Amino acid sequence: MANKPIITVKNLVKNYGDFEAVKGISFEVYEGEIFGLLGPNGAGKTTTLEIIETLRNKTSGEVTVDGFDIETDADNIKKRIGVQLQAAGYYPNLNLAELIVLFSGLYGIDKSPTEMLEKVALTDKAKAKYKDLSGGQKQRFSIATTLINNPRIIFLDEPTTGLDPQARRNLWDLIREIRDTGTTVVITTHYMDEAEVLCDRVAFVDGGHIIGIDTPDHFIDQLVATGFERAKQTKGANLEDVFINLTGKEWRES
Amino acid sequence: MKYSNTRATLAIAKASFRSILRSPSAVVFSLAFPLIFILVFANIGGGGVKVDVGVVKGTDTLSIIYKAIQKTTIVNLVTDQTAEEMKQNLSKGSLDAIINIKTDGNNGWTIYPPSAGRPQKSPFAIDVQYTSSSQKGSILKSVLSNIIYQINEVFQKQVDGKLGVFSPVELKETIVTGREYKYIDFILPGQLGFSLLSSGVFGTAFVFIGLRLTLVIKRFFATPVKRYSIVLGEAIARIVFSLLGALFIIMVGHYAFGFTLIHGVVTVLNMLVLCAIGLIIFMGFGFTISGIAKNESTVPPLSNIITLPQFLLSGTFFSITAFPTWLQYVSNALPLTHLNNAMRKVAFEGAGLGDVTHQLFILLIWGIGIYAVAVKTFKWE
Repeated sequence: MANKPIITVKNLVKNYGDFEAVKGISFEVYEGEIFGLLGPNGAGKTTTLEIIETLRNKTSGEVTVDGFDIETDADNIKKRIGVQLQAAGYYPNLNLAELIVLFSGLYGIDKSPTEMLEKVALTDKAKAKYKDLSGGQKQRFSIATTLINNPRIIFLDEPTTGLDPQARRNLWDLIREIRDTGTTVVITTHYMDEAEVLCDRVAFVDGGHIIGIDTPDHFIDQLVATGFERAKQTKGANLEDVFINLTGKEWRES
Repeated sequence: MKYSNTRATLAIAKASFRSILRSPSAVVFSLAFPLIFILVFANIGGGGVKVDVGVVKGTDTLSIIYKAIQKTTIVNLVTDQTAEEMKQNLSKGSLDAIINIKTDGNNGWTIYPPSAGRPQKSPFAIDVQYTSSSQKGSILKSVLSNIIYQINEVFQKQVDGKLGVFSPVELKETIVTGREYKYIDFILPGQLGFSLLSSGVFGTAFVFIGLRLTLVIKRFFATPVKRYSIVLGEAIARIVFSLLGALFIIMVGHYAFGFTLIHGVVTVLNMLVLCAIGLIIFMGFGFTISGIAKNESTVPPLSNIITLPQFLLSGTFFSITAFPTWLQYVSNALPLTHLNNAMRKVAFEGAGLGDVTHQLFILLIWGIGIYAVAVKTFKWE
């Protein structure tokens, strides 16, 4: 990896009234990587993400996305990014194909619904309503809407929350495929096993500060080097492995 | 490729239009309710006053008097009740009178010998029973006396031959042929106005609060779409839907109930322009409510505050001239009153939009006022 930064955040601050949600954080996301923002609820992950996505105004600091400043070039940034929001719904009473048509219009791009739904293996659900999809299908559809404008970067806010182990693995494969086609992925999650296998680099956010950025491997090695030991000896497999082994890897549609 | 705001606006309009068509409440409120009201009121209000008169068995239904009564449009002759039933209905007031017409002998009056000697006895005897439970007896009374007067007059002339007897008063009646102002001409514009009011207020408020709470608008903001495109796209969809609905109601009214369209297509087009103006103003209330309401369950009470008073006071079902004067002042302040008035003038009197500038001016004032409030209260997130 050439380690060319595609997102640069410098001393970003966001205040809501008297409350400081983000207290001067700085980091870089490299082109073509899966970058994880990790941290407890209320750490400022979503706020940081929404400022980069141009959905929220910053209080101070500098953010550039693919060479554009979020303050002066928000429109150009919007054309280059794909955004999946936590818990966002879709236009009521429309089926998936019609929603893709709507988003194509919003981005000003000609994309056939079939082409987009194929990317996330939802072609057979083209006539279904979003609310009738399963959790995993909903997330895959959301990702499809982020890909319509051939974005340079996509942002996924807790895409795997509430999914069963099969659906989660299925989504990881999809996210890796997207990365492999050259799209940078920025993701937030509460699942450390997920960050460990999926992310190329992660940043830990807590109390509005970044308290560490590195590859998952490095973080683990550093901790082990300090003499850290798990209370319980790790076995060769965990319960999730048992679950997958017993119920099968195949992802179920409903 | 250059980004097109028009294209984004139309994409939203198309999506919104599809969504409206699939939402049962929009279709029911905009089409079914007005049509049901029109159906009900056009039938009960239809021919104005009707006097129900029971006909006693044995009445000479071939007599000239019976035929004359039959010809009058306001008397409804009831022949299928027994004497007992008629008596009961008369005392309840569901019959306004009972009539019994007897002819002397078998001789119709036309073949009565026009001899010099006058008959000693009237050839006809009419026995009418009125009731104190109905006020309409007096209408029948005047109908009957009119018929009797005419018959007597002709009879007199025949009997007196050329003796030259003059009636002391000669009544000359002429009927001016004019346009009949049917109840449908009143009720249809009112229903149309009310349908636009509900669609503009309820529809707009529900859609925008829904899009806001489900973060659909937020997701839109992550695309290059402009804010005005979202509002404009929604407005276009609602206007197109409501105008199609209005056109449908006007067509049903015209072909099924004889709703008057003086200048045909031109009148329809003028009405549709008025519909669009009215809807845009009513949508301002919808935008305001979507901003004030905390969640979807507070939308109906807030919307009813706007729509119900206008439903009752804006001349939707009956003319506001029936109200006491102080209430008419209230009515005359409401936007729907003026939309209804303008609509009736255009449809029935054949006025053009230039003839209803007074109404349009008041609507314009409402429009400016409500959009000033809407801009202040509207919330995107």
